[in-house]
Amino acid sequence: MGRLWSLLFLTVPILGVAIFVLAMIPGGVFDDHWLPVNINEHGQIIDDLFMFILYLTGVIFIGTGILLFWFLWKYDTETRTEPVKYTHGSHTLEIIWSILPAATLLFIAIYQMDAWASHKMVPPVDDHGDPKPALVEVTGRQFEWRLRYAGRDGELYTKDDIFTVNDLHVPVNEQVVIVVKSQDVLHSFFLPNMRIKQDVIPGMKQKVWFQANQVGQYDLVCAELCGWGHYKMRGRLWVDSADDFAKWLEQAEQEQNSTEIASASQE
Amino acid sequence: MTAVTVDDAHGHGHPEMTLRQFINTYVFSKDHKIIGLQFLFTTLLWFLVGGLLALGIRWQLAFPWQSVPVIGNLLFAAEGGQMSPEFYTTLFTMHATVMIFFVIIPILAGAFGNYLIPLMIGADDMAFPTLNMLSYWFMWPAFFCIIMSFLNPPYGAGAGWTSYPPLSSVSEAAPGSASAQTWWLLAVTLVGVSSMMGSVNYMTTILQMRAPGLTMFRLPLTIWAMFITAILQAFALPVLTAAGFMQIFDRMAGSGFFVPEGLVINNADAESGGGQPLLWQHLFWFYSHPAVYIMILPAMGMVSDILACFARKPIFGYKPMVYSISGIAGLGFIVWGHHMFVSGMNPMLGLTFMVATMMIALPSAVKVFNWLGTIWGGDIKFTTPMLFALSFVSMFVIGGLSGIFMAATPVDIFIHDTYFIVAHFHYVLFSGTAMAVFGSIYFWFPKMFGRKMNETAGKWHFFLTFMFLNGTFFLMHILGAVGFPRRLADPYHYATFKHLLPMNQFITYCAIGMVASQVIFAANFFYSIFKGPKVGRNPWNANGLEWMAPSPPGHGNFDFQPIVYRGPYEYNSPEVETDFYPQTQPPPDGVEPAADEAH
Ligand SMILES: [Cu+2]
Ligand SMILES: [Cu+2]
Repeated sequence: MGRLWSLLFLTVPILGVAIFVLAMIPGGVFDDHWLPVNINEHGQIIDDLFMFILYLTGVIFIGTGILLFWFLWKYDTETRTEPVKYTHGSHTLEIIWSILPAATLLFIAIYQMDAWASHKMVPPVDDHGDPKPALVEVTGRQFEWRLRYAGRDGELYTKDDIFTVNDLHVPVNEQVVIVVKSQDVLHSFFLPNMRIKQDVIPGMKQKVWFQANQVGQYDLVCAELCGWGHYKMRGRLWVDSADDFAKWLEQAEQEQNSTEIASASQE
Repeated sequence: MTAVTVDDAHGHGHPEMTLRQFINTYVFSKDHKIIGLQFLFTTLLWFLVGGLLALGIRWQLAFPWQSVPVIGNLLFAAEGGQMSPEFYTTLFTMHATVMIFFVIIPILAGAFGNYLIPLMIGADDMAFPTLNMLSYWFMWPAFFCIIMSFLNPPYGAGAGWTSYPPLSSVSEAAPGSASAQTWWLLAVTLVGVSSMMGSVNYMTTILQMRAPGLTMFRLPLTIWAMFITAILQAFALPVLTAAGFMQIFDRMAGSGFFVPEGLVINNADAESGGGQPLLWQHLFWFYSHPAVYIMILPAMGMVSDILACFARKPIFGYKPMVYSISGIAGLGFIVWGHHMFVSGMNPMLGLTFMVATMMIALPSAVKVFNWLGTIWGGDIKFTTPMLFALSFVSMFVIGGLSGIFMAATPVDIFIHDTYFIVAHFHYVLFSGTAMAVFGSIYFWFPKMFGRKMNETAGKWHFFLTFMFLNGTFFLMHILGAVGFPRRLADPYHYATFKHLLPMNQFITYCAIGMVASQVIFAANFFYSIFKGPKVGRNPWNANGLEWMAPSPPGHGNFDFQPIVYRGPYEYNSPEVETDFYPQTQPPPDGVEPAADEAH
C-alpha cells in the first residue's frame, strides 16, 4: 500500500506542472486560459516577472514534490532496506537551506522594484519634463464609472469638460494619465489587458498611466466589492486610433452641447 | 487517602447523576478536556455550515441565476428559486467569517489547544479553569450574533469578511443589511473576547505548569506552536477589537472614524466625516495578517508531531523549527500591508511591506525542508493521520509558493482580488490547516475517546478529500491567471471571462464531491466514539506525555507524577531496544541522560 500512496503524492508535481503547461500553450483543452493579451507598453514587465516567479517556484515545486515521493517510496516500512537514520538534524544543511532561499527571495525583492516604480511611482512627463496632465478623470460610484474628459483646452476641471458614463476611450500609442477616485464606497479600477489595478477611495485622488499599443475594445472591471451590484459594475475600454479618438471626443462634445441647449431651452 | 475513599463512597452511593452534577461535568465544565471536546463538536458543526455556504457560492458560479436545487424554492420562491446578488454577497461573507472565526481559529486553539496543552506538558489542567470555561461560553453569544447577522431580513451582512468601510460603516451603502452588519461586528468582537481568554490561559499554563524536567526545549512542537500562537493572539487581537468598536460607533453613533468628509452614498448624506477608509484596512490587517499564522502555526506543530511518530525518527532540526515558528510570528507583525498594495497606500510603503513579506517565506521554507528531512531515512508507516500530515506538507508547498506571486508587488497589481489569491489561501487554509486538523483528529481520537477510528474508512476519506480538493482549488490558479475576479455574482458578462464557465462547473462538481466525502468522516467519527475498537494508553507507540495518561484521561489527567527525561521525538534511539522512548521512561542503568538536543 505504501508504494501506492507514494505514487499518489507523485501525481501532485506531475499534474500540477501539466495543468500549468496546458494553460500556457495556445490551443488545446485550456485554450485562452492564460494571462489575457497585454496591450500596455508597461505591462510586459509584469508578465515577465510573473513568468520568472512561475519558473522559479516551479523548480522548487517539482524538486520538493519529487523528494517527498522518493523518500516515501524508499523508506516505506513494508519495503525499506536501510536501517533508520537516527539523527537530530544537520547544521550544514540548515545553513545551506536558509541562505539559499534567503538570497533568492532578496533577489526577487530587489529585481521587481523597477517594475513597481514604473507602474506606481514615476508618472509620465511631457516634453518639458513636467508631469503629463490627466486626459480623463474616472469616478466610481454604485454601480457605474463616470468619466470626465478634458475638453478643447486640454485641462480638466474647466467649463468645457466632457462627461460620459462607462465608455472609456483612449488614444493608441500615447502615454495616457487617468485620475481615479470614488464618490461613495471603495471600488477598484481594473484593466486586465493593461495590467492595471487601482482601488479608488472616497476622499482620495490617484493617478494611473499606461500606453496602449493595440486598438480594440476591452473590459473595465470593478475589482473591489462595492455592494450588491458589484458584479455588474462593468465599463468598456476603447483604444482608438488618434483620428478615431479625436472624432469620438468631438462627437461627445456635440452631443453634450445639444443636450445642454435642449435642457436650457426647456427651462 | 481518606479524601479518595470518601469520594468513592459518595460516587457509589449515587450511581445516577443528579442534573446539577451532569451540568457541572458536561456543560459548564472547567475540565480542559471537556472544554476542548465542546470546542471540537461545535466547530465541526460550524465546519459543516461553512462547507454548505461554499456550495451555495459554487452553485452560482457554475450555474449563474439558475434555480438553486433543494433550497431554492424555499428561500427564493418569488424569483423562481434563483438567488439574488444580495444573497450571493451574504454567502461569501458568511462562508469566510464562519470558516475563519468559527471553525479554524477555535478548532486549533480552542479544541486542540485546550485538549492537548495540559496533557502534553504533564499538567492536571489549565492554569485558570474558570477563565477557560468562559472562553468557550463566550462563543455562544457570538454564535447568536452571527446567526442574527445571517438571517437578518431582507439581507444578511454582505461587506465581505474584511468589512471594508464605507460599504460596511454607512448604512445607505448596503440598504437591507444595515443591522446585519452591526450583528456581524458584534459576533467577531465576541469571538475575540473568547480567543483572548484562551490565549492568556495558554501562555500562563505553558510557562508555569510544565512537569518536572520538561524544559522549554523539550516541548513538543505542537506546544511551541500553541504558545507562539497565543502570544500572537494576545498582541494582535486588541487592535481588531478597538477597530471593531470604532466601526460599531461609526454605524450607530455617527463617529466617522472611517468616513471621509462630505460623503454622499446612494443619494444620502453620510452625515459624518473626517475619517479615512484606509485606516480600517491598516487596523484590520494588523490583526488579520497575524491571524493567518494563528490559523496555520498550530497545524504545523501538530503535523510535525504526527510526522515524527510515523516516520519513527526524531524531528529533523528541532531548534530551527522552533526558531522558524518564532521568526514567522515576529515578521508576521510587519507584513500586513501586503494586503494593501493596490489600496491607494503610499507605493513607497508598499515596497517596505514587500521586502518583509518576501523574507517571511524563508522560515516557512526552512520548515518544509526540515519536514522532508524528518521523513528521510525513516521507517514510514502509512496510517491515516500520517497520510493527512504528508498531504499537509505537499499542499503547503503549493500555498507557500503561490504566496510569492502576491508578495511581488507588480505581479500583485494584476492578481490582487482574483481567483489566484482565492487558490492561494485555500491551499494554505483548507489543504493545509483543515487537512492537518483531520489528521490530528485521527491521531488524538484514541486519547480523547479511548477508542480508535476505522483505518479503512479513514483512508477512503483521505483519498477522496485529497483528490477533490485539488480538483477544486488547483484550477483556481489558472482562473486567476486570466484575471477572473473574486466576489462577483456573475463574472461571465465580461468578454474576458466568458469562456471560463466550463472550468468553473468542473470546480463546482469537485467541491460537491469534497463536501460529500465528509460523510465518510462523520460516520466514522460518531460510530467510533461508541463502537470503535478500545485502545490502551499508547496505541501509536508514541513518546509524548499525553500518551502516558489513561485513554481517556480522568479528571486531573495523570494517575502518576510525570517526570520528564528527554524531548518527545526520541524514536529509534540507540539507548533502548524499542523504536520509541517515552519522555517519562527513565534511562537504562549506565546510560548518561542524553544531552538536550543534537548540535
Ligand atoms: Cu465593485
Ligand atoms: Cu497577510
